[in-house]
Amino acid sequence: MAKKLLLEKAHVEGIRYFDVYRREGGYQAVEKALKMAPNDVVEEVKKSGLRGRGGAGFATGLKWSFLAKPEGVPRYLVCNADESEPGTFKDRYLMEFIPHLLIEGLVVASYALGSNRTYIYIRGEYAWIVAILEQAIAEAKQNGFLGKNILGTGFDCEIYVQRGAGAYICGEETALIESLEGKRGNPRIKPPFPAIKGLWGCPTVVNNVETLAAVVPIMNLGGEEYAKIGVGRSTGTKLISACGNINKPGVYEIDMTISVEEFIYSDEYCGGIANGKRLKACIPGGSSVPILPANLLLKTAKGETRYMNYESLSDGGFATGSMMGSGGFIVLDEDQCVVRHTLTLARFYRHESCGQCSPCREGTGWMEKILQKIENGDGVKTDIDLLWDIQRKIEGNTICPLGDAAAWPVAAAIRHFRDEFEWHVNNRELCRKQNYGLAHYADEIHVPA
Amino acid sequence: MVKFTEDKMKEVQSMIDRYPEGKQKSALIPLLHLAQQEFGGWLSAETMDYVASLLSIEPIEVYEVATFYSMFNLQPVGKHVFEVCQTGPCMLNGSDQIIDYIKQRLNIGVGETTADGMFTLKTVECLGACGYAPMMQLGMHYREHLTKTKVDEIIEECRNKQ
Ligand SMILES: Cc1cc2nc3c(=O)[nH]c(=O)nc-3n(C[C@H](O)[C@H](O)[C@H](O)COP(=O)(O)O)c2cc1C
Ligand code: SF4
Ligand code: FES
Repeated sequence: MAKKLLLEKAHVEGIRYFDVYRREGGYQAVEKALKMAPNDVVEEVKKSGLRGRGGAGFATGLKWSFLAKPEGVPRYLVCNADESEPGTFKDRYLMEFIPHLLIEGLVVASYALGSNRTYIYIRGEYAWIVAILEQAIAEAKQNGFLGKNILGTGFDCEIYVQRGAGAYICGEETALIESLEGKRGNPRIKPPFPAIKGLWGCPTVVNNVETLAAVVPIMNLGGEEYAKIGVGRSTGTKLISACGNINKPGVYEIDMTISVEEFIYSDEYCGGIANGKRLKACIPGGSSVPILPANLLLKTAKGETRYMNYESLSDGGFATGSMMGSGGFIVLDEDQCVVRHTLTLARFYRHESCGQCSPCREGTGWMEKILQKIENGDGVKTDIDLLWDIQRKIEGNTICPLGDAAAWPVAAAIRHFRDEFEWHVNNRELCRKQNYGLAHYADEIHVPA
Repeated sequence: MVKFTEDKMKEVQSMIDRYPEGKQKSALIPLLHLAQQEFGGWLSAETMDYVASLLSIEPIEVYEVATFYSMFNLQPVGKHVFEVCQTGPCMLNGSDQIIDYIKQRLNIGVGETTADGMFTLKTVECLGACGYAPMMQLGMHYREHLTKTKVDEIIEECRNKQ
């Protein structure tokens, strides 16, 4: 059994309520942290090696140490609970089942950063979770772990929950800040970074839900002990939300030493491919990261076992590797069509582009159109090259990384599954009737025995 | 005329109180959610102007926001809105067939409302329920692991609520 630091207690009866959470050892991290100097808490997080769980994997302690501290200017901590990357549903799970873990992490982080007003920005569709969080906040206040003069230390902190209203782009930290200011979610040009100029022009840290929850075990164990879990620069545990064609979709907490193969086939995790089918491909870190065919997913290009951690998943770069991303693990079985799947992602990015930069606004639209044409059986061979060309023109030419996030899935699909695109344009009649996967039931190219 | 009740006005004030002095515009999105819920499930120009007046901001600032976010309806919708996810992970688990089935059952297309004003069908992008696919949002809640039978039950349930 892998070590669990976040979800260990998630299924204790009544853990959603303060009394049970406290009885199970909750809020000890707050007691410990508030006896320390704020900077020492930051040091502890640095020692833990914790990397942001929102997708970019940036070192959390380092990010905290960048926060500007001008005299007389308030500082803000904002929790990113926008969770809209297709394949990702781990933050929801954490907030729904063990909300106090997030609140506890937020109190510790607010203290470390000196935030007296902390906001949780949650995607608007998670409407019922707002009530769960607000209940937890009210309970923490009643018990003196939040509000004025917390535990008699003189530290004041309020936490507010803010609902978004349906926009993936608001997960990008500067768009999130704009949205929190009551505006359209248009990302800002960086620099200045939020650590200098964020919410209402004040220094701001934006962190993912899981990142902030992980601060609790870091305080409880100490940074050094936390860093011993996992491997290399992938310290601690990671929540993976697994979905697609597997037997046991759901949210799993892994220590990052297990192999991808174990994660997919072990009964402790995904439990293998559904309906006795074979594994075809997988997007291991949310829709924005490159898709990999089964052979490159399970083993690196050098033939080494691939593991579920930051370094191993990205081994080989984009040519033969992928990324840990947000931990949204999407599995495709042999019956699935990569063109069709990529089309849904292209549609997603077209829908979610904020429209500020022409390469992203126009490019996402074109990618969807061309993919739709190919999938409909109206594509020609040059469409594949055109598609490749468009994604190259988006990448790196936009204000925020959504442009890259839209380009990468298309690029990887063509890179690894070009024959599948070609099949569509060469078999136009057939592809109108049958999807690629079913037509190639016994194809051995991507499906290792 | 659109106007929040006294009770709702208290809620409005508590929303505004979450932000520092002078930053009341931050309450715009929460207020639009409340307005949409209170005033018929959509945001008319009148409703948006009213919200602007509550926050002492220009109406255009409200229109800008209302048109950006997909959860705000700028046209009337049915009493029950089926928002079915169609993104990759849901597609892998048969969301297309669920959407087709709902179309056939309600005899409407995507984006349309039934003649009796009861149901609207919308397709939406990933709602963070990919492991419980196929799924849809209905009001404040998610309906997951959808099957044709479940769709029938949900339609029945809505009709009984009348
Ligand atoms: C288009 C886009 C969407 C994003 N969505 C999310 C999200 O839903 N949740 C999240 O935590 N980070 C998201 N991010 C990353 C944030 O910008 C930011 O890096 C993150 O919240 C930082 O927190 P962390 O360091 O704890 O990971 C997104 C980034 C981009 C470019
Ligand atoms: S890359 Fe796309 S989403 Fe990001 S700012 Fe530009 S247009 Fe908006
Ligand atoms: S793809 Fe449908 S909920 Fe994520």
